Amino acid sequence: MSGIRVLVGTHKGAFVLTSDGTRKKWDVSGPHFGGLDIYHLKGSPVDPNRIFASQASDWFGQVVHRSDDGGKTWQTVGNEFKYDGDPGTHRWYDDTPHPWEFKRVWHFEPSLTDPDTVYAGVEDAGLFRSSDGGGTWQEIAGLRRHASGPNWAPGAGGLCLHTILLDPNNPERIFIAISAAGAFRTDDGGKTWQPINRGLRSEFMPDPVAEVGHCVHRIAMHRSRPDVLFMQKHWDVMRSDNSGESWQEVSGNLPTDFGFVIDVHAHEPETIYVVPIKSDSEHFPPEGKLRVYRSRTGGNEWEALTKGLPQRECYVNVLRDAMAVDSLDPCGVYFGTTGGQVYASANAGDSWAPIVRDLPAVKSVEVQTLP
Amino acid sequence: MIRVILPYHLRNLAGVGREVSVHVDDPVTQRSVLDALEVGYPMLRGTIRDHATKLRRPMLRFFACGEDLSHEPPDSLLPVEVASGREPLLIVGAIAGG
Repeated sequence: MSGIRVLVGTHKGAFVLTSDGTRKKWDVSGPHFGGLDIYHLKGSPVDPNRIFASQASDWFGQVVHRSDDGGKTWQTVGNEFKYDGDPGTHRWYDDTPHPWEFKRVWHFEPSLTDPDTVYAGVEDAGLFRSSDGGGTWQEIAGLRRHASGPNWAPGAGGLCLHTILLDPNNPERIFIAISAAGAFRTDDGGKTWQPINRGLRSEFMPDPVAEVGHCVHRIAMHRSRPDVLFMQKHWDVMRSDNSGESWQEVSGNLPTDFGFVIDVHAHEPETIYVVPIKSDSEHFPPEGKLRVYRSRTGGNEWEALTKGLPQRECYVNVLRDAMAVDSLDPCGVYFGTTGGQVYASANAGDSWAPIVRDLPAVKSVEVQTLP
Repeated sequence: MIRVILPYHLRNLAGVGREVSVHVDDPVTQRSVLDALEVGYPMLRGTIRDHATKLRRPMLRFFACGEDLSHEPPDSLLPVEVASGREPLLIVGAIAGG
């Protein structure tokens, strides 16, 4: 029987949650790296026992851990992320030029074909690649050298590159997203990049439809249809049917179009999930009710999924990397909260139950479906 | 041998106890001790000082012989008690955070 492994990054360590394919009984391993901020963990689709973990703290900087046995044991690998050449400056909060400075890895995206290749999205926004299992890292500098780079400015969470989507049909094509610069795409393996933000509207900018400057929170795609993208922006849920060339708003009847996560059902490319969050400034679920919203029509028409989720006095947040799906049938959906709960649904969101209730604040959730 | 006391998380990262010893040729300075420490324990590279600038991370401090040496130039000689191994160099993490 197949199994599920949920990789959870929290404010105070990493946790590995495992179950068989029934997804009813869970074992909890951890904390790994107890007491330390673990931004993200992700396993290789080629070798699921190979997992990369980003540990980042104000005390000890960036540390990268790799496991080759599914999270049982870990070794440190390379942690030097050096921008290519003279990195120059980007815009700071007060509009002044600010030197590009590496702070942390927000997201790892292992290659779809090579277990030794992994991409890292970092703050200050840059994309790095390792071809030796994380031993050394080289910047894919064409992104940061885009003409708009000196004008990129951080969001409240920093100038972070948090989303990396690899096109399964085209190894030369990568999508990334940066808060608060927007979404970009390369079609030549990273040499050149173009902003893909046409159709986004952000009222906090002097020009709400500018080419860059949008606070994109997350992008998701279905593997079978990589030209269709779904986006949760600072405000607005969006979709693109042409690889990001243009976007249309699909917020529809959501109670608020703000949120961080967005993901796609493993077997239904038009079924998508978001967790609406009240903003600006409050950043907790509207009315104190934790609700996942599901659209079976690729957006616009949304249904609230509440069974098993707290419907009163709930004031947690669900951060941008904290939702994932498995590939079993029916599809499993998982998300983690800043209150330390990891909720799972084994029926595509119809009902939910917590796997764990009292972890440290959850920063990221990734899921592996094991043979 | 130079004695170095590491903070809790760096002990775990290096897989060592509270105190480690490293061989350092003269002159015994912050820089030469940290260089030797990173050779002996490469997983500590980048955790005590920045990879590129070699500057001490702001939330770490260097103490020895009851003195805060954090703002001493990296090539200043460490106290003779440290150089002789009678006293350790303490790498201390800020007591801060939640």
